[in-house]
Amino acid sequence: MNTGPEQSAVTSRAPLVVLDKVNKHFGDLHVLKDIDLTVGEGEVVVLIGPSGSGKSTLCRTINRLETFESGSITIDGKPLPEEGKELARLRSDVGMVFQSFNLFAHKTILENVTLGPIKVRGMKKAEAEQRAKELLDRVGVGHQAGKYPAQLSGGQQQRVAIARSLAMDPKVMLFDEPTSALDPEMINEVLDVMTRLAKTGMTMIVVTHEMGFARKAADRVVFMADGQLVEQATPEEFFTNPRSERAKDFLGKILTH
Amino acid sequence: MGDLLARYDILGAFLMTIKISLAAGLLALVLGTLLAVFRLSPVPVLRAFGSTYVNLVRNTPLTLLVTFAQFGLLSLLNWHLANQSSPTSVADDNFRWGVLALGGYTAAFVCEALRSGVNTIPVGQAEAARSIGLTFTQTLREVVLPQAFRASIAPLGSTFIAMIKNSTVLSVIGVAEIAFLQSRIIDENADQLYTIMAIVALGFVILTLPLGMGATALSKRLAVKR
Repeated sequence: MNTGPEQSAVTSRAPLVVLDKVNKHFGDLHVLKDIDLTVGEGEVVVLIGPSGSGKSTLCRTINRLETFESGSITIDGKPLPEEGKELARLRSDVGMVFQSFNLFAHKTILENVTLGPIKVRGMKKAEAEQRAKELLDRVGVGHQAGKYPAQLSGGQQQRVAIARSLAMDPKVMLFDEPTSALDPEMINEVLDVMTRLAKTGMTMIVVTHEMGFARKAADRVVFMADGQLVEQATPEEFFTNPRSERAKDFLGKILTH
Repeated sequence: MGDLLARYDILGAFLMTIKISLAAGLLALVLGTLLAVFRLSPVPVLRAFGSTYVNLVRNTPLTLLVTFAQFGLLSLLNWHLANQSSPTSVADDNFRWGVLALGGYTAAFVCEALRSGVNTIPVGQAEAARSIGLTFTQTLREVVLPQAFRASIAPLGSTFIAMIKNSTVLSVIGVAEIAFLQSRIIDENADQLYTIMAIVALGFVILTLPLGMGATALSKRLAVKR
């Protein structure tokens, strides 16, 4: 153990996502080293750390877009299945928002949001459309429903991507650097949606470089470096009084400007 | 020229060329899509089957495949595809084996055209599809293949133009299409060689030119904007 993950920040919430000694290699590179992490129901956890620290990989491992070699990941008490229908079912309960939005380019905004509910949940088309429109209104792009992704700005596309995930009524949502590909003036419109979502009690795991969001919306900040969880604490504690040298060094580099 | 058109059923022969092209084209599209799915699948056995098929069939001369179908499978092994009691059974058998060979051959090219289309799709599209809980098959059907088809329209157009012209190879097993008739007319009217060839060439241009132009227009219209 290094400086020791701070467990005091873990609340008494019911555990929803539990990672136990998860290990992963990319060739010779050990990207995830004995990761233990428990995320409670309704908790908002922000993963931060220098690039290459493994935080995106960790995020993608939780819905098995990346495989892992040892350890276990359970979601709502169920272990992650290997490939196949079981895994697909589990993924439908885990929302994922990507850095590059990944909206289905050949489908309209409305179709992007209704595809999952219709094909995976077996919802009627009219019902799925009704719900999609509500969600699109909620993220502020309701009037763009008939357009194609390429006709929207990056910020709008990312908000649609959030609506697409929400349409599945996920138990937890993963955000993999959701604002890193956005122009500066569009970052806030996406962070606003995420902050509102956090307030509704959604369980969220967010990889981001937006320290303002971490301070405002996170219940817990987890600091990762070199494939390890180095430190975890409440945002207040972490930003004012980081305990590990790695975290002090990292914060020193990003907060001086 | 009017004399030739009156004495020979040139239109009928072209009609046979069209019939072969439609049947073989449909077969190639279905089989080629299936092969592309195999080659993209996570199952190693299917992937191996797909790539073996493509490499074997694509690198074999079509003439060999067609004659193998007729002599090797139909004549020697007596694998009939037509009703034996029908008066046209010989012609039907030749036509069906010919279509099977041409379609099976073209399928390898369709598969590769589709695969090149799939490669234009960012990997994030499939990741997003899997993330909302779509299965492998649904991901292919709803997200990957529709985009791949659109990106493949232009190369598919070239593939089908090549196939229509390749249908002339079926003359070697006696299918009464235009190349078969052409050699007969030349035999009987050697003095009109240029006219005959010009008619055949013009016929193929009429068949394939709109296809190529249509493919280009369609690929522009349906292009997926990113």
